[in-house]
Amino acid sequence: MFVIVLKLILLMMFILISVAFVTLLERKILGYMQKRKGPNKLGFKGILQPFSDAVKLLVKESLLLNLVNLMIYLLSPVVILLISLFLWITYPSFLGGLEVSLPIIFILCCLSASVYPMLGSGWSSNSKYSMLGSLRAVEQTISYEVSLAILLLSLVVINSSFMLKKLFSDSMLIILILFPIAILWLISALAETNRTPFDFAEGESELVSGFNTEYSASGFVLFFLAEYSSILFMSLFFSVLFLGGVDLFLNLSFLTSVLVFLFIWVRGTLPRLRYDKLMELAWKIMLPLSLVYLLLFTGISLMISISSV
Amino acid sequence: SVVFLLGSGVFIMLIIGVMLSISPLLGSKQISEYDKNSPFECGFDPMGIGHLNFSVRFFLIAVIFLIFDVEIALLLPLMVILSSSNMMIWGVLNLIFLLVLSFGVFYEWWEGALDWKI
Repeated sequence: MFVIVLKLILLMMFILISVAFVTLLERKILGYMQKRKGPNKLGFKGILQPFSDAVKLLVKESLLLNLVNLMIYLLSPVVILLISLFLWITYPSFLGGLEVSLPIIFILCCLSASVYPMLGSGWSSNSKYSMLGSLRAVEQTISYEVSLAILLLSLVVINSSFMLKKLFSDSMLIILILFPIAILWLISALAETNRTPFDFAEGESELVSGFNTEYSASGFVLFFLAEYSSILFMSLFFSVLFLGGVDLFLNLSFLTSVLVFLFIWVRGTLPRLRYDKLMELAWKIMLPLSLVYLLLFTGISLMISISSV
Repeated sequence: SVVFLLGSGVFIMLIIGVMLSISPLLGSKQISEYDKNSPFECGFDPMGIGHLNFSVRFFLIAVIFLIFDVEIALLLPLMVILSSSNMMIWGVLNLIFLLVLSFGVFYEWWEGALDWKI
């Protein structure tokens, strides 16, 4: 009992620290991709940058606008960070650990529930930019959630179980079999976490800051942490699902880091899609493809089951 | 397991609460001015009300999402009962369900519900 509590506390602490360093990683990688160095003044080559960022953001003046629905305005960043951190309870540790029953359903539920704070923050900010940003972000998230869930179900049907432990495989070569699903899933995950090329929620050239516009200081910190925490979790999830990530000898951590690098690489490379092209991609390309892959994997699972009888 | 989830939720809320309350306590003095308290509109005075008019295409996408989400919810148990069900029945049921769903997608496509009209 005490061990479980200790595991949980350590997990949350380390995730919050990792999220802080992911922000630094992103800035440095984007800098190097643009032929410049990222932040490198503070600490040794910029290591202390996230802490100074946190301090700066937290001691900013926290404004409270007129005509803002106070409850929803204040609760939205809290809820979205709560949900993003809840996702991490399903971390598949090799040594047992925080056993959530049916982790995959839990993850799908958390991803679906994180739509509400986005909507709430846009609505309660009483600003047209925020409203537009949150509507577009919500539409994008729910469109890609469908294909994300159906692709997850393709994997579930092979293993006939919702436990993440069943997805561990011996080697990384499992991705060669699951390659199309992996690519489609990666695109859906990029869209779920509102990352480029789908970052309409914070498209700085279009809307000022999306649903974050009217937040300053601690509200912004919580949104920011929630976004990077879900990026980190999607990388972890991809490593577990497709790269055979077993949490042994830092294998899973290494693969997660590689995936985070891939997310940032995509951000530094691709331009933003137009919104109707985004919707077309979700509903006319990814959804039919994922349904067909689900049919295929259902058939494969049935044939495995027949041949093993 | 439920107790565990509740406990972890409380713990996470504690962390978030600490983070959220640091800012008003240690932050700069809040000076309320007109320019700071009104919604942001690139320096101009905000025009009109703060919310948008009702947008039908967002609503339509939400309704279509609802349909497919219900479909996923119905599909969830079907994926894990293979070992404890008659294979023929499972196969046929799965095939028909997914074919009906695929047909639904293509029908909506044909009817133009998935176009993002301007």
